[in-house]
Amino acid sequence: MNICLASGKGGTGKTTIAVNLAASLDRPVHFLDCDVEEPNAHLFLDLAWRGEESVSVAVPEIDPARCNACRKCLEICRFRALTLIKGKMLTFPELCHGCGGCQLVCPEGAVSDGKRLLGRLRFGDWRHITFTGGESRVGEAMSPPLIRAVKGQAKESELTIIDAPPGTSCPMITALRGVDFAVMVTEPTPFGLHDLRLAVAAARRLALPIGLVVNRAGIGDERLADFARAENIPILLEIPFDREIAAICSRGQLLVEALPVWRREFQRLFWRIERLCQGLDAA
Amino acid sequence: MKEIVILSGKGGAGKTSLTAALAALAENAVLCDADVDAADLHLLLAPETRERHDFVGGGKAHIDVERCSRCGKCLEMCRFAAISQDLRVDDLACEGCGVCAWFCPEQAVELREHLCGEWFISHTRFGMMAHAALGVAEENSGRLVSLIRREAAALAKRQGQDLLITDGPPGVGCPVIACLAGAALVVMVVEPTVSGRHDMARLMALTRHFRVPTALVINKSDINAEMSAAIVVEAAQNSIQLLGHVAFSPLFTRAMLAAQTIIEYAPASEPARAIQEIWRKLVTIIASQSATLPMSPPR
Repeated sequence: MNICLASGKGGTGKTTIAVNLAASLDRPVHFLDCDVEEPNAHLFLDLAWRGEESVSVAVPEIDPARCNACRKCLEICRFRALTLIKGKMLTFPELCHGCGGCQLVCPEGAVSDGKRLLGRLRFGDWRHITFTGGESRVGEAMSPPLIRAVKGQAKESELTIIDAPPGTSCPMITALRGVDFAVMVTEPTPFGLHDLRLAVAAARRLALPIGLVVNRAGIGDERLADFARAENIPILLEIPFDREIAAICSRGQLLVEALPVWRREFQRLFWRIERLCQGLDAA
Repeated sequence: MKEIVILSGKGGAGKTSLTAALAALAENAVLCDADVDAADLHLLLAPETRERHDFVGGGKAHIDVERCSRCGKCLEMCRFAAISQDLRVDDLACEGCGVCAWFCPEQAVELREHLCGEWFISHTRFGMMAHAALGVAEENSGRLVSLIRREAAALAKRQGQDLLITDGPPGVGCPVIACLAGAALVVMVVEPTVSGRHDMARLMALTRHFRVPTALVINKSDINAEMSAAIVVEAAQNSIQLLGHVAFSPLFTRAMLAAQTIIEYAPASEPARAIQEIWRKLVTIIASQSATLPMSPPR
């Protein structure tokens, strides 16, 4: 089973919920940090690092001895990652999406696969949690291929918990697609609700079952609860706004460790998700 | 014209609340919401739309089933696994590279442009605003960010205004990088948490890489005073100027519920005064910068 924690708005508590959910369980779980631009989950888990691996995308490398400036590669590239200046072909690897078109189309075999570093995967362990985290190279614009690489580390049979990036565009969609259940983490404020609507629309487009975790409950108004009811989205857990909770999280501590009453709540959250995945009532 | 871009790395640090407050304090500023996939600034500024434009994306492969001979060449050549075994295009996976269209022996594949979103020029009580809405599950957010910043800058120029305040997206990826070219100053909004500090380090590395001057605001500073102090030290070591601290306050949420900025909702409150002080420092910094950097050309 794959559970993805997502939200439209950033900073609603995706990582907090994801790490505490994983930590609360009594069974092995593979944690995938797919928020590769700002990965934070490892800050909450006392991981023993096992290793890392770099992830690259194939970008064109042009052999000037073979290139006869026929311009075929310029014609196929839709990302303006190549240009011809004074008869010499130049590449802009940071614009390349890695489609391989230039290489396929070159009649002289002058284009080979170079590499642009996207970032790295990091592997670690803590208690029953196996951890794989992606971290993009600072300056790298494209995160979906690295997110796919993180997800590629999961095995079919495993229970996985995925921490997704915020937003509703390609990085968020890449993290979310193919999972069994989307947990939307939000807060009951106008910003939280506005962005939740977008995130729910994205998850609906992927035909995913959705549940809601309301973080900082009590700070806003009733509109979020009204929306959840109207959209028939179950509220699976509410965490009140509390300065002590905020301070615990700010230090990188797990809620389920610092305030053990929460362990139970997170276990119940998992139970509900599991029931909903099986199409059962989770009240 | 100079542009201040509000960024944070980590989401939910308070970028939009701060941007809206600065908008209320600034005179002669144009506003820009560059968080195109989860835009919220309009919830505080209630823009009245004056112009509405389509944002058209680069294209998605479309297979003409009449012409298709089911040879499977497209499936074989696609590096994005966007074509299924039964030769259907998955729009969410298609990058629009056109390799399938190029190599299809039957010329059965074409790239079709599609509507990815909209952008707007609007009037607000604090001045004009350029903003956008990227369609759900769409890509090209970086391109839309570049477009909306360009339009905002053009708007400022037309109106003879010399300041642009841009609310940026979270992260350090494509839409954030698209916010940096030509910016006069990045204001980082950071909350004193392990995550906020970690993400600030990555954002600082990014703005250093692109050589954009950067300043710091610590928001919700009293949630963890020790962490706030550590962040100030780290920023100073990186020659980043501290603009000020804003303490945690439920007034921000209340102002949001009233669809107001904190400056309007509680002008005499401690957070409003802290932001006024931040604004004064910002004005000084911007005024002391000699040359205005040109906007980068469109990609």
